Amino acid sequence: MALQQTTARVIPDRLLGPIGRSAIRWETLLLALSAAIFFANALASPYFLDIWNLSDATFNFTEKAIIALALAFVVMAGEIDLSVSGTIALASTAMGEAASAGFGTPALVAVGLGVGAACGLVNGVLITRLGLPSIMATIGTMSLYRGLSYLALGDGVLKDYPASFGWFGQGYVWQALSFEFACFLVLAALAGLVLHRTVFGRAVRAIGNNAFAARFSGLAVDRIRLILFLLTGLAAGLATVMLTSRLGSTRPSIALGWELDVVTIVVLGGVSIQGGSGTIPGVVLAAFVLGLVTYGLGLLNVPGIIMSIVIGAMLIGTIALPILAGRILAARRRP
Amino acid sequence: MSGALQINHPSDAEPAALPPPRLELRGIVKHFPGVRALDGVDLVLRPGRVTALIGENGAGKSTLVKILTGIHRPDAGEIRVGGRPVSFASPQDAQDARITAIHQETALFDELTVAENIYLGHAPKTRLGFVDWSAMRARATALLYGLDAPIRPWTRLRDLSIAQRHLVAIARALSIDSEIVIMDEPTAALSHKEVDDLARVIERLKGQGKAILFISHKFEELYRIADDYTVFRDGRSVGAGRMDEATHDELVRLMVGRSVDQVFPKVPATLGEPVLEVSGLCHPTEFDAISFTLRRGEILGLYGLVGAGRSELCQALFGATTPSAGTIAVEGRRVAIRSPADAVRAGIVYVPEERGRHGAVLAMPVFENVTLACLGAVSRHGFIRSAEEFRLARHYAERLDLRAASLAQPVGTLSGGNQQKVVIGKWLAAGPKVVILDEPTKGIDIGSKAAVHAFMSELAGQGLAVLMVSSELPEILGMADRVMVMREGRMAGLFERAGLTAETLVAAATGNIQARSDQP
Ligand SMILES: Nc1ncnc2c1ncn2[C@@H]1O[C@H](COP(=O)(O)OP(=O)(O)OP(=O)(O)O)[C@@H](O)[C@H]1O
Ligand SMILES: [Mg+2]
Repeated sequence: MALQQTTARVIPDRLLGPIGRSAIRWETLLLALSAAIFFANALASPYFLDIWNLSDATFNFTEKAIIALALAFVVMAGEIDLSVSGTIALASTAMGEAASAGFGTPALVAVGLGVGAACGLVNGVLITRLGLPSIMATIGTMSLYRGLSYLALGDGVLKDYPASFGWFGQGYVWQALSFEFACFLVLAALAGLVLHRTVFGRAVRAIGNNAFAARFSGLAVDRIRLILFLLTGLAAGLATVMLTSRLGSTRPSIALGWELDVVTIVVLGGVSIQGGSGTIPGVVLAAFVLGLVTYGLGLLNVPGIIMSIVIGAMLIGTIALPILAGRILAARRRP
Repeated sequence: MSGALQINHPSDAEPAALPPPRLELRGIVKHFPGVRALDGVDLVLRPGRVTALIGENGAGKSTLVKILTGIHRPDAGEIRVGGRPVSFASPQDAQDARITAIHQETALFDELTVAENIYLGHAPKTRLGFVDWSAMRARATALLYGLDAPIRPWTRLRDLSIAQRHLVAIARALSIDSEIVIMDEPTAALSHKEVDDLARVIERLKGQGKAILFISHKFEELYRIADDYTVFRDGRSVGAGRMDEATHDELVRLMVGRSVDQVFPKVPATLGEPVLEVSGLCHPTEFDAISFTLRRGEILGLYGLVGAGRSELCQALFGATTPSAGTIAVEGRRVAIRSPADAVRAGIVYVPEERGRHGAVLAMPVFENVTLACLGAVSRHGFIRSAEEFRLARHYAERLDLRAASLAQPVGTLSGGNQQKVVIGKWLAAGPKVVILDEPTKGIDIGSKAAVHAFMSELAGQGLAVLMVSSELPEILGMADRVMVMREGRMAGLFERAGLTAETLVAAATGNIQARSDQP
């Protein structure tokens, strides 16, 4: 055959090395941001660096962050789940009823996880089998799950939890390392491995970028989506166990509005709301940033309203900053 | 690179005959991360003449089109329209300079009607300033009629085939009254009949004194349509002149930097046992009673006009749509294929026609796309092994002559032809028994085409069965062992390779003669 290659072309694997690649990432920005907040806090308040205070501070975001780890996969696949707070209400109510009926701690945990997973499964079936858009389906189930909880409890409260149940929300596994926070760290490592190193994670990202092409590549798109909603429900179930244990009681208004905080963590973490891109380290860092800000402002006795203004401004700021920087650079380059 | 620069000055041959340029480009430079897409190119377009822009995949043709339409801004260089220097800050500026283009990757709106797509942004208005729907429909009808396209203006775009969409994109470009018309591979998705229609339209535009830039990898077409040519190689202009003064070989050498055997590297096949047996396959609307057998090592060509149901048949075989009747057997065993995942499991893969939508995940890098359909082969216990993955991606990238800045480059930033190579590579990497190729070399340049064909032949030699849809007669005649022709959803004939001519196929596809069938 007279086909001779006169110009041997070599295609490099990558243009940027690992350092070059991380320099231009969103996660680097988040890391810098959390370091800055950390130092600012340490300067502003003498109590900040106390190890037990820091450990206490993790409680106010760990449960949300655990759900955010799972939700990150859902968002990455181009879907959304707004029903997580409803799931918590329903799962907590079920646990409270079970506790009233005299079940022990292991059974209570099983009920919490089971109800959470079941709620996730219902979402998944509505979305993948009936083809409902996930935003509509989960707004619907958000009210549905919480409504069921109100129906069961009315204005009442359930608090017959056994003493040993308190460990999940209040216990420590080692020194100042709480069970909740340890659990979050392990799950974060697991989620990072699954998303960035496994076939499953690759499939999720492909689906979020182009579900058609993913289906045409022989990926079981609907099955994967179903699994993602199930896992998010399960994560909400785990958060329920922790939260209920920490509070020691169940009211139907438990975890009201959490879905927004969870979505905030995911979006601030750099997961594209259109799907297809994002990282677990980003989500973890975003959780830290939000946790540190809330904790620092709390130490300074800043009222809640101001706190939400600060968080809002920070969210918009961090997202707008790279866009603005890009615009300015582009304008400079113009002849 | 020896003897690269060869410019035949048309003005030397015929000084008075050429009109002054309508558009002149000088020293245009455009960089992207890791590549110089354009490295100082020149181009001249004259009124009433068609200039062919020729170059390998990734030579910078589409980048130039994007600069001329205000999508990209050049890093350096000068653009003159009618002698005046201009600079485009936005697509609107380019439109105001009376430049219109059909882009290679057409961007139309699925949920809008054909007429709305054609007139989006410049709809005819009534005196009160509202959209004049009846005028819009009437004009759209007239435009489509001029293209001889059997498309009703009020159908939604998502109901059209890809070739029909291309015709709509062409109609859209023509609906804007411009002096300069740019066509970036308008014929890649079209069969010979639509190409003839387009050639007539171009002839008419020439008569109206428009300056036309025509990009294509099909040389027969270029000789028929173009008056002048400009050749790009690796982002530089390496030659320009009059089409009738350049031979095919000269152009290829300019473009590739070496000569390419046009002969299709067809290795005489030794056919094995049947792999794919299709019998009585029907679809409620698209095709009817399709039966054929595909054997190991065989390349079966599938020819027909646009709309004959070829792509629909392929999609049904792949489980993307559900046939209403008929059976499919793989290696003698009947299989139920309800989804692409089933098909892939049965060893059938499909290189789809719409690479941007169905073929590639544009935002993901080359290596992730190549391995997307064979993740099992590059992973252990569900964990992807990065070194394996890059090795596999590199193998296919090299075999298919891919031009990319790196394997980590997002597929969406590759040139059109190189995107196509990634999609082919992805499916071959899956190690299938049967590969269904829908216009596999669409948009691929002549040198790489030979590489793709050689690779296909080699795989067929190793026992792969290939079903190849193509609208390019030379490709079908050159590569196929047998050719099946479809017309209006039905089989219009099955021909053996020996003694088969283009005329026979065209006649069977258009229904001009009674098809001669070799199978009962
Ligand atoms: N947005 C982008 N980012 C990075 N590189 C790009 C981008 N757009 C184009 N390129 C690179 O510029 C080069 C020229 O691409 P271009 O699309 O102009 O080629 P082409 O001549 O049209 O090829 P084809 O015949 O395949 O359509 C290619 O190497 C391509 O990878
Ligand atoms: Mg191109």
